[in-house]
Amino acid sequence: MTKINQHILTCGGTGCRASESKILAARLKEELKDSEISQNVKVVESGCFGFCEKGPIVKILPDNTFYTQVKPKDAKEIVEEHILKGRKVERLLFRDPNTNELIDESKSMGFYKKQIRIATRNCGFIDPENIGEYVAREGYEALGKALFELEPADIIKTVKDSGMRGRGGGGFPTGFKWELTAKSESDKKYVVCNADEGDPGAFMDRSILEGDPHSVLEAMAICGFAVGADEGLIYIRAEYPLAIERLKIAIKQAEDVGVIGDDILGSGFNFNISLKYGAGAFVCGEETALIHSMEGLRGEPTLKPPFPAERGFFDKPTNVNNVETFANIPAIINKGAEWYASVGTEKSKGTKVFALAGKINNVGLIEVPMGTTLREVIFDIGGGIKDGKKFKAVQTGGPSGGCLTEKHLDTPIDFDNLLAIGSMMGSGGMVVLDEDDCMVSMAKFYLEFTVEESCGKCAPCRIGNKRLLETLEKITNGNGTMDDLDLLRIQGGVIKDTSLCGLGQTSPNPILSTLDNFWDEYVEHVEENKCRAGQCKSMLKYVIIEDECVGCTACARVCPTGAITGNKKEVHFITQDLCIKCGACMDKCNFESIELIA
Amino acid sequence: MSIVCEKDKLQKQHQLRIKEICQGFGGEHSELINILHACQGYFGYLPAEVQEEIGMQINMPVSKVFGVVTFYSFFTMKPKGRFPISICTGTACYVRGADKLVDEFQRELGIDVGQTTGDGKFSISTLRCVGACGLAPVVMVGDKTYGHVSPNKVKKILKEYKKEE
Repeated sequence: MTKINQHILTCGGTGCRASESKILAARLKEELKDSEISQNVKVVESGCFGFCEKGPIVKILPDNTFYTQVKPKDAKEIVEEHILKGRKVERLLFRDPNTNELIDESKSMGFYKKQIRIATRNCGFIDPENIGEYVAREGYEALGKALFELEPADIIKTVKDSGMRGRGGGGFPTGFKWELTAKSESDKKYVVCNADEGDPGAFMDRSILEGDPHSVLEAMAICGFAVGADEGLIYIRAEYPLAIERLKIAIKQAEDVGVIGDDILGSGFNFNISLKYGAGAFVCGEETALIHSMEGLRGEPTLKPPFPAERGFFDKPTNVNNVETFANIPAIINKGAEWYASVGTEKSKGTKVFALAGKINNVGLIEVPMGTTLREVIFDIGGGIKDGKKFKAVQTGGPSGGCLTEKHLDTPIDFDNLLAIGSMMGSGGMVVLDEDDCMVSMAKFYLEFTVEESCGKCAPCRIGNKRLLETLEKITNGNGTMDDLDLLRIQGGVIKDTSLCGLGQTSPNPILSTLDNFWDEYVEHVEENKCRAGQCKSMLKYVIIEDECVGCTACARVCPTGAITGNKKEVHFITQDLCIKCGACMDKCNFESIELIA
Repeated sequence: MSIVCEKDKLQKQHQLRIKEICQGFGGEHSELINILHACQGYFGYLPAEVQEEIGMQINMPVSKVFGVVTFYSFFTMKPKGRFPISICTGTACYVRGADKLVDEFQRELGIDVGQTTGDGKFSISTLRCVGACGLAPVVMVGDKTYGHVSPNKVKKILKEYKKEE
């Protein structure tokens, strides 16, 4: 057998694939084919490395060289220079934006230094379509240990002792949930993996499923053994074609080697896993709604109790956990509860995966210990704000969360701290905003989402959110009054208190938190008809600076509504009533003679 | 494709295809969403006639089928264009200017979100997060992803498809 002494890992996640990483991998293989050492080098399409901002990523092992923004045409140079001659391709190395230094290996990058990877331990290290690589990194060892060395009660105790809390958003203790399902008596039970990641701007679960599908399958089987279930279902968004494909491959491989299916590893325990597809409904992230959707119905939530642990899928006890929660389980079983509990804060153990996005330099996927501060995440790992702008806010928890400001930057992130400052952990979306973002518009953006996604079953959420949105629109259109601001608070409070499920109970959070933290901005919109970020169109005015205009007619020609008039070589004029504020004239003007007044 | 013949009846071959799909899922009510996915995959959309046929095949009132179709945003009752344009309006894309792209596509094509151009070539829809947040704002035309799109690139993107017949 030939010895493979070099690995070229290319990112095969959705983000990098969108930038031709698949062609890149093929090109690398092609280039290697002709060289004499092709037997010793292996090209692997791995899962997400997390550093999506500078994708596609190529990492070369064993020396950990980290190439960024690699294009298919760079394949030749990488093979010729790095692989054959051992010289790093400097122009593809990452350059630290602050020190301007070239960084030749991932371990010394600020982005990776503070991360601890448990749930994403294999993402970017293994070929997700090859079960052998998962097994080589302790894969399915935890399942073996669970089946042959532990009793179901021991497993539940380990998960309880680890202090693990559900990563889907609610933060319910996982071990306790398992215990409830285990205690429910029934001839049939189910284990469900919630992979209906609907929070816009969050892609943690997708990256785990794409990069390390076996960790979820293994955990589901362990859970099945612990709670007494023999069937597992993964409820996944149909919008995740790559994750679906990789899961299908993983299930097939796991069945072939006998770690999923009947009589697993000869233990007599049966556990089969199949996929169920979602069809684009945010509310299906709520577990009762998810179960109804799996039954082929409209995904409307129902009152709890009964909890799914008592009566879930087809009225049978059902344990529902999120992808990230499951991905942690094999590591907990392998390394023990104490090890896991040693990471994190007093009441939130372990790590959390966040999807960093928005106006930040290093957009990507990160995993940090609970208790890391927002400042560390945004400035040390995230590399600070894009284009040298000023940090304004960070939104956590998606449409259910809130906007946090400068004064919250040093708060250690955990479930309880975030709740205490008016936001929530949510599933892990973290969107950074800068001075150009209008907080009223941001609140409106989230509310538009909620209104669209409200299932319509209960009145507070269906009607209340619509009224809230109307009030917000009134404010951003420049017709708001100070009474409207009070109304927002009252309406928001009622919706929170009276909605049926988590969607409605949290939907006013983006408004309430921006009212608390950016009160001045709301008042400006109402009293001065001013949007300081220049985002609320009705408050903007494009005007032509008479002294600068040369009458070239470029703006009049590009104006889609004919709002600009004027003869050639004469000063032009914008009719404000016709202007739709698209900004096309300003982009087109070569003489900087159009001004935007906020 | 036109799947309906005169008198609003489905063509025979399409009826048979729906029957096959339903049988493939054992005609189970709990498989309705999977059946709808398969039918939409085949027809491109789910007009009333298709829903009626599914209801007949799995013995479910068509009102219930309709209830499910309209509940989920993935299902559509209108045919999409040959080059469906999907603009990501997830948070990451929104803060990097996705709303301006929506305006620009609407203006260039003269249709609103959810509509299809008269020649059946383009349709515009918005979607929430394709997961390529590093490339925000993102636009998809069919399966092709365009990253870091700015309003002044919209014309160029459309041009690629306009010349295709």
